[in-house]
Amino acid sequence: MDKIRFATVWLAGCSGCHMSFLDLDELLFDLADAVEVVYSPVGSDIKTYPENVDICLVEGAVANEENLELALKVRRNTKFVVSFGDCAVLGNVPTLRNVLHGPDPVLRRCYVELSDYGGQIPNAPGIVPKLLDKVQPLHYYIDVDLYLPGCPPSADRIRDAIFPLLRGEKPVMEGREMLKFG
Amino acid sequence: MSVVTLKIDNVDVAIEAGSTILQAAREAGIKIPTLCYLEGVSPVGACRLCLVEIKGSDRLHASCVTPVSEGMEVFTQTEKLKEYRKMLVELLFAEGNHICAFCVSNGNCELQDVAIEVGMDHTRFNYRFPERDVDLSHPLFGIDHNRCILCTRCVRVCAEIEGAHVWNVAFRGAAAKIISGLNQPWGEVSSCTSCGKCVEACPTGSIFRKGVTTAEMKKHPDYIEFLHTAREEHQWTR
Repeated sequence: MDKIRFATVWLAGCSGCHMSFLDLDELLFDLADAVEVVYSPVGSDIKTYPENVDICLVEGAVANEENLELALKVRRNTKFVVSFGDCAVLGNVPTLRNVLHGPDPVLRRCYVELSDYGGQIPNAPGIVPKLLDKVQPLHYYIDVDLYLPGCPPSADRIRDAIFPLLRGEKPVMEGREMLKFG
Repeated sequence: MSVVTLKIDNVDVAIEAGSTILQAAREAGIKIPTLCYLEGVSPVGACRLCLVEIKGSDRLHASCVTPVSEGMEVFTQTEKLKEYRKMLVELLFAEGNHICAFCVSNGNCELQDVAIEVGMDHTRFNYRFPERDVDLSHPLFGIDHNRCILCTRCVRVCAEIEGAHVWNVAFRGAAAKIISGLNQPWGEVSSCTSCGKCVEACPTGSIFRKGVTTAEMKKHPDYIEFLHTAREEHQWTR
């Protein structure tokens, strides 16, 4: 039987969910036996999101044009999309800028007002992606098949969510161990 | 004392007349989720989480403000109620700015607990991202309106138990807000006795004790000196 084509994606998040994923420790060997990692910032060197992906964990909210483009591509090319961690599920910390009325005041504050020297707003079309007006959770833009909350979700919670998926079962997302935000 | 008998989730319950359905359910060990309800202060039926179905009535009733009556048949866990409760909690998350990850109450929050209880794994509603402020003018406590769910437990505990009535609800609809005094900074409200009842009554991290978040703890090494010399110098309080 062909291995499950498995991916992880990192949008607007701190990578903490990916660190927690690596915290699966020796279970990563079991995972590696069951899946082929076809795209992942921590498990593969492939730079473009491939086609025919079976399961993808998406960390992070959607904050800029690149995040959005990748999120849409993930949905197009993936059978089962997991919204992975509080930023993807709820928006979380990246959404804090939403009350500041669009990206301009944020960029001005970071790159001009707080700059020690030669403050300027980065502008490199095609290289530095534009910030979207508001940061949104993943499911604002694409359909999600499973929500895996937590900041970050613990390795145990990740285990209990993804190993049933590998067996073709839907995990039971109930109770404090599986659902507590934060 | 006259007694009323009723059925809650097909369990026979007998309770003093004039009690509410919520009281009867709790006495019978039947759990109904609540947020705005606080034992010891008057119920207001604001959060709607304790909604129940009553046989013969086609509307839903807030059990914290609905008195029991003889022969009543109450259902607390129907599919319809479960779905509405989940929706209510999702709406609370979408309405304010609730970010558990760095909240002082993370792990000790009734809103977070209730989200787990109703099985919420995300919110289906678009966030409002409202612009709300934080008042740190009180020397001991702070209020972060981003985390407020307008349960009014602070208002009631202050008015009904402390008797100070520092808190109130001002404005209407989406702009509704908890205010102190005559919409003054909390630290300037002279009727506040700094008793801290509102801190304990608040179900979320909205009203909090200062000095408990990251890097906020202040040590007072002079206290050791005080303990050492207090008896000689007859200093019985600091």
